[in-house]
Amino acid sequence: MVRRFAALLLILALGAVFLPLFLAYHPDTSLNPTALYYAERTAQDLGAANIVTAIVVTYRGLDTLGEVTVLFLSAAIVGLVLARDRLTPRPHTRVPAGELLTTGSRLLAPLIMLLGVYIFSNGHLTPGGGFQGGAVIASGVLLLLLADPERRFGHRIIGFIESLSGVAYVLIGLAGLYYAGGFLDNRILPTGQVGQLFSAGAIPLIYSLIGLKVGSEFSSILADLSETEEL
Amino acid sequence: MTTFSVALTVVLAIAMLGAAVLAITGRSLPIAILAAGLVSLFASVLFLLLASPDVAMTEAAIGSGLTTFLFFFILGRVRGGENG
Repeated sequence: MVRRFAALLLILALGAVFLPLFLAYHPDTSLNPTALYYAERTAQDLGAANIVTAIVVTYRGLDTLGEVTVLFLSAAIVGLVLARDRLTPRPHTRVPAGELLTTGSRLLAPLIMLLGVYIFSNGHLTPGGGFQGGAVIASGVLLLLLADPERRFGHRIIGFIESLSGVAYVLIGLAGLYYAGGFLDNRILPTGQVGQLFSAGAIPLIYSLIGLKVGSEFSSILADLSETEEL
Repeated sequence: MTTFSVALTVVLAIAMLGAAVLAITGRSLPIAILAAGLVSLFASVLFLLLASPDVAMTEAAIGSGLTTFLFFFILGRVRGGENG
């Protein structure tokens, strides 16, 4: 009873905090100065058709590097925590997946991975990018794991792709420091014509690296979970 | 926003709240996990209606896709531990 009352009180307090925010909300009729700057300058300065991608990869590139680092740390910790259970392999007694899932995954997994690559390599033109594409690739890996729980992925290859793309991402950022306006500046390559696949300077390159990095991190988490013996 | 999209937004918001309540109060764990995934799915459609396709894609891929499967993965593990 006391706990329920406390929970109710907490919810009411939270509501009281958010109520002024809700009441003070008026939708903007025009863009605020920062948004206006991004909306007007992105295409001519950076050559990216998708403004969100330009902000994520270039204007706020350092934040994205931080996000990728956080994701890397969590993947590393999952691997570290689950590594101990892998040392003593026991005989598996898992039920094999159904015929439908096994056959369907053979058809769908390559298509899902292709969609992931498409999403991150077209990040500067269409919605989506490295994070979304990487998650889609990881769901392809998940489908393979569901269809065959005994399947083993090469951790060395996943780790190699992950670290290679991470190092290349930082190196491209440093190249921006020397050859263009600053860290992670995309204009180390020609910005080209807006709307073309090879445009927006280094944005497609950086977002592809992020996609590979995110995809391999999620995949390694899933593979670690799948390979752990039942506790 | 047109009247149709406002109506659709309201319907989606109510469905989202319903799914969230189901996720909390539901007795069976698999149904609770599915309901939580449904909240994310409705949220991603809502993001799309609010003209932010980038956020919608992230929500659909991670929120309703990977997280739901991750929960099922763990659920299977925990159950195996209980029985064995």
